[in-house]
Order: sequence, then C-alpha cells, then structure tokens
Amino acid sequence: MNNLWAIEITKLGDNPETVILKNNISDLGIKGFKDLEIVYIYYLSGNISNQDTEKIGRQYICDPVAEKFKIRKLEDSRIKRTSKSIEIVYKLGVMDPTAESIKESLADLKYKDCIIKTAKRYIFSGTISINNVKKIAQDLFYNPLIQEPIPEKFYSSFVKYPVDTRKVKVQYINLLGKTKQELQEISVSRLLALNTDEMLALQKYYKKLDRNPTDIELETFAQTWSEHCKHKTFAADIIFANGKNKQVINGLLKSYIKKVTKELNRKWCLSVFEDNSGVIEFDNKHGISFKVETHNHPSALEPYGGAATGIGGVIRDCLGTGLGAKPILNTDVFCFAPPDMPKEKVPSGVLAPKRIIKGVVGGVRDYGNRMGIPTASGAVYFDEGFVANPLVYCGTVGIIPRNKIKKKIVPGDIIVLVGGRTGRDGIHGVTFASLALDGESKQISSGAVQIGNPIEEKKVTDAMLVARDLDLFNATTDCGGGGLSSAIGELGKCGAIVNLDKVPLKYAGLSYTEIWISEAQERMILFVPKAKLRKFLDVCNMHNVESSQIGIVTNTDRLQLRFHNKEVGNIDLKFLHEGLPKRTLAVYRKPQIAKKAAGEQWIANNDYNKIILGLLNSYNIASKEWVIRQYDFEVQGKTSIKPFAGKTNNGPSDACVIQPVPDSKKAVVISCGLAPQYDKDAYWMAASAIDEAVRNLVAVGGDPDKTAILDNFCWGNPEKPEILAGLVQACQACYDIAKVYGTPFISGKDSLYNEYKAINGEKISIPSTLLISAISVIPDIEKTVTMDFKRADELIYLIGKTCAGLDAPKVYPHQGINIFRAMHQVIKSGLVSACHDLSEGGLSVALAEMCFAGGIGAEVFLRKIKAVSEQRIADKDNVLLFSESNTRFLVSVSRQNKAKFESIMKNLPYAEIGKTTASDMMKISGINGHSIINLKLKDMEKAWRISLGSAMR
Amino acid sequence: MVKTAVLFTAGTNCDEETIYAFELAGAKAVRIHLNKLKKNKHILKDYHILVIPGGFTYGDYISAGKILANELQYILADSINEFIRQGKLILGICNGFQILAKAGILPGFSNDKVKKTYFSKQTVTLDTNDSNRFECRWIYLKPNPKSPCVFTKGMNNIISIPVAHAEGKFVVNKKETLSKLIKQEQVVFTYVNDKGKKADYPYNPNGSVADIAGICDSTGRIFGLMPHPERASTIYQYPNWGASLHASEKTQEPDGIKMFINAVNYAKENL
Repeated sequence: MNNLWAIEITKLGDNPETVILKNNISDLGIKGFKDLEIVYIYYLSGNISNQDTEKIGRQYICDPVAEKFKIRKLEDSRIKRTSKSIEIVYKLGVMDPTAESIKESLADLKYKDCIIKTAKRYIFSGTISINNVKKIAQDLFYNPLIQEPIPEKFYSSFVKYPVDTRKVKVQYINLLGKTKQELQEISVSRLLALNTDEMLALQKYYKKLDRNPTDIELETFAQTWSEHCKHKTFAADIIFANGKNKQVINGLLKSYIKKVTKELNRKWCLSVFEDNSGVIEFDNKHGISFKVETHNHPSALEPYGGAATGIGGVIRDCLGTGLGAKPILNTDVFCFAPPDMPKEKVPSGVLAPKRIIKGVVGGVRDYGNRMGIPTASGAVYFDEGFVANPLVYCGTVGIIPRNKIKKKIVPGDIIVLVGGRTGRDGIHGVTFASLALDGESKQISSGAVQIGNPIEEKKVTDAMLVARDLDLFNATTDCGGGGLSSAIGELGKCGAIVNLDKVPLKYAGLSYTEIWISEAQERMILFVPKAKLRKFLDVCNMHNVESSQIGIVTNTDRLQLRFHNKEVGNIDLKFLHEGLPKRTLAVYRKPQIAKKAAGEQWIANNDYNKIILGLLNSYNIASKEWVIRQYDFEVQGKTSIKPFAGKTNNGPSDACVIQPVPDSKKAVVISCGLAPQYDKDAYWMAASAIDEAVRNLVAVGGDPDKTAILDNFCWGNPEKPEILAGLVQACQACYDIAKVYGTPFISGKDSLYNEYKAINGEKISIPSTLLISAISVIPDIEKTVTMDFKRADELIYLIGKTCAGLDAPKVYPHQGINIFRAMHQVIKSGLVSACHDLSEGGLSVALAEMCFAGGIGAEVFLRKIKAVSEQRIADKDNVLLFSESNTRFLVSVSRQNKAKFESIMKNLPYAEIGKTTASDMMKISGINGHSIINLKLKDMEKAWRISLGSAMR
Repeated sequence: MVKTAVLFTAGTNCDEETIYAFELAGAKAVRIHLNKLKKNKHILKDYHILVIPGGFTYGDYISAGKILANELQYILADSINEFIRQGKLILGICNGFQILAKAGILPGFSNDKVKKTYFSKQTVTLDTNDSNRFECRWIYLKPNPKSPCVFTKGMNNIISIPVAHAEGKFVVNKKETLSKLIKQEQVVFTYVNDKGKKADYPYNPNGSVADIAGICDSTGRIFGLMPHPERASTIYQYPNWGASLHASEKTQEPDGIKMFINAVNYAKENL
C-alpha cells in the first residue's frame, strides 16, 4: 500500500540561509517583516510504514547535531496553508537532484520504488501580508519557470502512471500542397525556426519523394538546420559594402576564421574545427582540448539552471572530444548588468541583475565544484546593455591521450546511450536559441529551461574514462542541443537504425518525437563493438550509470527511426547534412564614428588620487573575489598560477597556469580577452579582444608562437544590417590580427539573436561581444611569473607604446608580435620578477594592483613615458595614466638584470619609468615633475576589494 | 609495501591527487569503488590505510557526506570495524571528514582494540559555513603537538594549506563534547590568522567552534580534517612559490605531504 509522508527538517542553530534571505527581504523594504524560518521537506511515497518513515528521518536524513525533524502523514489531499507561509516545490517533470540521490540511496537500504520530492517551506512572522509573502517568494525564493507554490494537485503527482502501450500512430505534416505563407506559418507554429527558403527546400525535397514528412522527420531537419547547429549566418554568402568598397564573402567562418588556421598550418594543432573541442599538442603522449560554449538564452530566464546546464554541456563537449578528454579546468566569462542598476531601468519581464548574477554564479559553482573540475580562469564584465541578455560563456579544458583523438565509425557497432534519463527537458532548446527573446518567451519556452544533475555527469565521466582506457568503444559524442537527433545525426553519418522505445524515460507519455529531440542533460552516445558490449556494460554498472542499447550503426546512408517496431522516420543523411539552402545576406555600412570609451568621464577631473580609487572600486576593475572564491579553483591539485596572486593572495592574475601531469614540469596556460565597451567599432573591438587574450597569456610566461585561440561571438540579430556589418568587421579583424600574431583558431561558437523585445516594445540588443580564449603549453612551469611586485628597489619598465584616444584602441600587430616575443624571452630567461598587462584603467590601475598585491610601494615618473608615447598626448598626464592602448605591459626588473633586459627589448618601445620602494605608497609624478598621485596601498586594496562583495550581499 | 585504499563513489573528486600524495610519500595507493567493497567485504584486509577523499559524494544532497555516512554505517560497518580493530589508519579529508563525523566514527572518544563497534551516536558535525557560501582559500593551521594524531607527528609550526567547502563549520552536540575533545587532546588543527593568533573570518573560513579544523580519535589513528593536505603536497600547488623562486630563496617545503609521510611511516613501523 502506498502512503504519503512528509519528513520535515529544521535547523537547530542559526541558519545562514535565513540570515542572508532576511537581509535580502529587508532590502526590499517590505513592512511588517519580523522573522523567517525555513523548513526543508522530503515527501516520500511508497509502501512504507510509520516506523519506516521515522527510521528514514532519524537515521538517513536528519543530522542530529545540527537539525531536528518530525514526520507527518498526509491523509487527505488538501494542503494545509497558514497565512504566513509559502511552500515551494519543483514543477512536475523538472529535475530534482536531491530527490534522485535520496531515491538511489534508499533503494540501497532496501526501500525500493519510493517516489521522493523535496520542498522548502518559508514561514514568516510579523504583521506581513500574504500578498507581500507572495511577492517576496517570487523575488527571492523561486522561479516560476521551474518551481511553484505547492499546488492543490500536488498529492496526485505521486501516482505512478502505467507505461503507455497505446498503438503508435505516425503523424505526417502536410507540406506538399502549402503556399509559401502557409509553410512559414507551419515553421512558426511548430517552433521550427526555419525560414521560408528552408521550408521551400524541404517541400521540394518531399515532392520528389512524393510524400509528406513525418513529424519526427520535420523536427530532425529543424534541429539539424538550426542556427545553433549549422551556424547559418557564419556560413552565408555576404555581400558587404563598406563605404565604397564592395565585396562578396563566401562564408565568414570559411573566409576568415578557418582560413587563418589553415594558412598558419601549425603542426602542434592536432584537431581543429572537426570535433567537439579543438586539440593541441601537450607532449608526445597527450593532447590538450579546449572548447568554450555560451548558454545565454536559458540563463536569462533561469539563471541557476541555465548556467549549470551551460557548464554541464561544455564538459560533455570535452568528454565527446575524440574518445573522451578528461576535464581538467573550467573557464567562465560572464557579462551582466551592474548589480545595483536602478529598478526603473530594468525592463519588465526581466529578472533583476543581482538575481541573475547570483543564479549564474551559483549554477557554475554547483556544477563545476561537484564535478571536481577547478574553475580557475575567466572574467566578469558589467554593462547595462546586458540587462535582459546576460552572457554566460563556459569553457572546459581537457587532457586526452594522443591515440584517443580520432573516432572510428564502424557499421555494426551498437549505439549505446548512457547517463541520465530522458524527459521533456529542453524540448526546442536549439530552435529557441535561434529566436530572439521577447516578453512572452517565458511562457513558450519553459520546456527549454532545465536543471542539471552534476553527479549524474560525474558518474558518466568516471565510467567513460575507464571504458576509454580499456578501449571499449569506437566513437562517442554528447547529447547537447537537439538531443539524440543531433548526436546520432552527426556521428552516424554513414547510417543508423534507432529504436526510440529503448530510450529510458523519466516518466511515461513522451512521444517518439519528444524522445528524439529532448535535450535532457547528462547523456552521452557511444558506439560500442558487439564483442566489447558486455564488458562496456559492466563498467557502466560498476559506476551506477544506466546504459541502453538503442540502435545500431549501418552503412545505408539513411537514418531510420523506429518506435515499437514501427518506422516513424527515414531520412537521407546526405540531404539532411547538405540540403540546407545557403543564405545570402547583404549589408551596406556607412563609415561610423566610434563610441567614446568609459574612461572619458575622468578627463576633466584632475584629482587623480580620487580617480584611481574610483576606478579600482568600479565593478569592471574591482576584485571578482565574491565570484571566484565560490569556485573550487584548487581541486585536482594542479592549479599553479591561481586566480589570485601576491603575498596575501590579493592581486588579480593575468592568466591561469595548471600542471596537468604531476610528474612533468610542463604546464598549460589559459587566458581570455573581451572588449564589449568598444562594440560600436567592431573591428578594433575584436582586435583588442585578441590582443588582450594573447597579452594576458604572455604576461605569465606563455609562448606567443605556440598559442591557439578560440572565438565566441555573442551578437544581436544578424538580420539587422548594422549588427551584421559589425560581425563581418569583427571576423575581418580575427583574420588580420591572428594571421600576424600566428595564433590559429582551433574551435569557436556563435550565439546570435541576443536581443530582447520588452513588453513595451523597446528592442534591446546586447553590446556585440567577442570573447577570445587563448591556450598554450609552457615547457617548464618555473619559467612563469606572477603580477605582484616581489622586492623593493627594482626597476619598473613600461613596454609598448601609449597612444592617444579613448576610442577603441588600435592594434599594431607587426609591432605587437615583436613585443610579445621579446616579453616571452625576458620572462623565460627569468629577467622579470613581476609582469602585469595594461587593460582597463591603463597604467594607473596596473601599477596599483602590482603594488598592493606585492605589499611593495612604487615611485613612477610620467615624463619618462614620453619617449614611448604618441606625440600629441605625450604631455598629458591623464592620457598617460588611463589610456587603454593595447599591447602594453608593466614589469619589474632587478638592477643586476637591467642590461640583459634592455638588450632584449632593444628596438622596441620600452621605458624605465621608476622603481619599487619599501614604502606603503604608490607615488606618481606628472609630466611637469610635480607629485600627482600619493596613495596608500591599503586604501587602494580596500577600494579594489570591497565593491562587488558588498553589492552582492 | 604500505598500501592505501582510496574509497571512491559517485561524486568523489579528490581521488587522483590523494593517490598521488600517498605515492609521493612512498605508499602504493589504489582507488577502490564502493561497489567493489559492497561486493567483497574483505577487500580492505590487504590495505593499511583507508582514505575517504574530498568530493561531493552523491552530490552532498540532504547534507554533505550524509548518504555515504549512511552506507558506511548501515551497509559496510563490518568491514570498517574490522579495519579499525586491526589498528589500521583512516583519513577523512573534507567530504571524508564530514562522513566520518556523520557516521559517528569520529570523535571516537574511547577507542580500543576490543570494541564491538566503532560507530557511535553522532556527536559532532560539519554544518553550513556562516557565510552560506562555498569558500575556496588558503588558510593557516596551528597543529596541536600534544595530540596523539599519528598523521601530524612532529608537526609543531603553523602551516599553510587550502580549504574548499560549503559545509565545514565544526559543531558539537553539547559543551561536554567540546571539553572532552580538548581535554583528550583530540583537536589536531585549529584555524589561526596570519600572525598565528585567534582567527576571525576569513581565517576561520566557516565559523567552526573553537576554530577547529581537524580532529582525531582517542588513538590518533583516525583523523578527519576540512583542509586539503593533498593540495599542499608539491611546491607548485602553493600560491607564491614563484616569489621565492625569483628571490632565489629555498622554496618552502610543502606542509601537506608531511601528513602522508607520517601515515606511511607509521604503517611501516606498526602494521
């Protein structure tokens, strides 16, 4: 007999969760609020008695030192509500990882077949009104896309539905007789995100076959031909007119990004643009893989789940590289609106910036930490333009044996699905990502929002790496966007038969099409030779990973989809992969005036002490400690140059260095660059991003001549000419700069349509943002350097030319690469004791950070910079202090190394500008020799450290 | 040869670096999946040291380490009891410490070789950090030279080591538990600040009572701590190793590795 029980846990001492929430509620300024208590509830249904429940509560769930519990039998189906409380549960079908874990563990302890759900009850005291309780709950406790206040029908959701055995009926979608207009309507109503030309191409193809497509076939085309999977904009022919120049570009990817990689032809690039990550050489046994993804749209709607599944997805890309790379590092780069952006500026229907920030950081934290992958490299950028579309870039670096980099597709191999079960999660995630968000997207796309289960993915990782090393499979890929349809469609290029009824489900009732396109998380596809199947399944069992044989690889060039022995789809793979009509886009661009940079506001003011403290305190420069320390950046014990450098770990490192093989001194360095502040001048914005990424990498000891880069474009709607024009120019910069820097692109991804139509009709497009990630191998980990000054009385040098202007700074790549090479030389030779790149805030901020990180003072003379500055600004203190010109470094050099250092720098723009001191002050004299800056290290450090943390409290 | 078993299950994630640290210390270390131990309860008899490494076993859902603690207590108690009775060593790092506490193996106030079971009623726990956040940072620990802990033998100076956890606040069920821990010198490590004095946040990163970072049982052979010695076992794991390199100073000897060496030496001499 099935009973329904609630085990209710409350904390014995202070509950830090309520302490934080109480602060947040006070911030909302709601009247009558006095106190808050949280009850953590576990609902159990199954054949369990009172004694059983008591035992489960006492022994298995409650921590008697920190908690107390009580059990409650729920006799009737009415929910008891008190006026001052609200209970939040997950909506039906949403992943509840806690419940999953408990279910498994109870099964182990002889309580099989229980249904478990978790809930949280928030009990208020004071004179607060129920409406205010509801408002607080919406603002702070739950997201209506995935959770809800406990509904009346909650109890009935514990009933298990019998497996659906009704007869399969194949659905056909009538395309053949439809007009253009009607075809477009079909695309819109079915959320296919295909344009008229594409629908017409399908109609033509099926006319030839003399039949209509089945629903699953049509969906397969929509998934495979989506912007997300096919990158239609990057593949399109573009007629580009810039002022008077007109040219035809045969695909941005082919003409610029891939072209530079091909022309550079670096021998240490082992796999580029052909797999789930790019792979470069590490040593003669290993390769290093790197992939960066975006998960913007889901993170806008459900920040925690969106960001978590973003990192979960890119980790699977790592596992799906070759025969599986082992994840060794995660990177995260976020673009948010500032946490304190005034409420009235936040469009309706958009989550508050602070909530998005907390959710996104929490999602990356909980997924990455649980997976045991250090998150040790990244950036956070703030601009109000990201208010409706936060950008969430997640990357994973992996290590892979060189003999496991290639996949083999062998007809006859069994298609095995491993990992999580399939539900309605993320249906239409891919086509959703290709549409712009609008005020209503919350309703139509709730299926595209998901919660991840990192422990499931950890088990899959463990099992896969064991199976890989036992050589038990020939190919693998991840189930990401498009689910099985993309995974099997891509990998089984020579043909496959798939039995969709063999896919294990979270709950009954999914149609065959839903099974095929579900984006349920934590699943991988593997092609296993029959002879090794038993052994493979044993490995999965040992790791408690569910595995199902769902099909077989064939050589028919057809994708045959079956459901309960009936054919529901039969697609020609050649047409699926090559039938997509090429788009042609045309854009005319007027010469534009670049936007002024943020630094301009400082120009009129000449209280430089105040300006510097203000800059250090501004969100874009201030310490990201509040974010970074929530990540386990030390797990795996390989993180050698960490996010923080300096005497008390209080300075911002330029790049991260890890030591992937503990007995080897070889290291991997990872950095990034982005410059959305210059988005109105996309060419130099892109050039600056590349320069910053390479500069950061060189600053810790990376070799510019062995550096690979990755591109991640986040852009608005490319159908708008000015947006597309920027995209073209950014790609041109990618080619021009990477060609001279010699840095091939090894992987990349784009996320377009990042715009939002608010309910009031206002269209908000994000600042066009190109993230460049850079990676390189350092032969000897000791030939690296951090950014903190190490000793007093060393010489401080500025390398690189300071230029005018607060417009988008230019990059002079031919001189740039020479500077990078020389910098690499001096660091490798141990001539430099500290090195920091100049970026936001220019010289003043870089110098300040080097000082307080090292606990060492400095004395610098701006007149000494004159020789390496553009003439028209050479006597302007403010420009010399704050210019953000590219390709510049600050270094400290001991007096004994002076001559050697200068001989390597010969012929390059460099200047000795001062020295480090034993004082606790940063002192700078202006062009005229007067002291213009006199700041205490501890004041600067304080300004730099506190702002983000206090904003997020 | 001293053999170390590193227990592994869903969500364990510090197994490799822990194995590496034991190997650096001269032991042979093997990862053993919990399912193997469930199948063969005698598998541990070939090993001298059992480690429950860091991680998020089963996601740390319910609360950190709770589910694995249940499994040890209710499924694997015989194997663990036998292992302890033989005088062998157990080390719980981070998640492992949470598990040893929640299974009632620590504090183990009066362990001797004739005890029927070494699982007692739970009296201490590791609760949510006061900050309500995961905290990853390097902190300072003061060893207790009077402690019987075999892992920290000869360690008298303040050490530097990282913590990384969301639930590391050491809490006791009642005052007497704390006074007994102190009286019996079972407190092995306390958090201190950079001057070696009483630690406030963030030096005490979680709000632990009496700044306790690690405790051992009455014999000193079972040891649990929140900080990660395996992440402080080579110089390149340290922050700032580069600074001493540039000063041509002798680089600091890693502190974490000493605990593994002590364990291996003890096993060599006694087991």
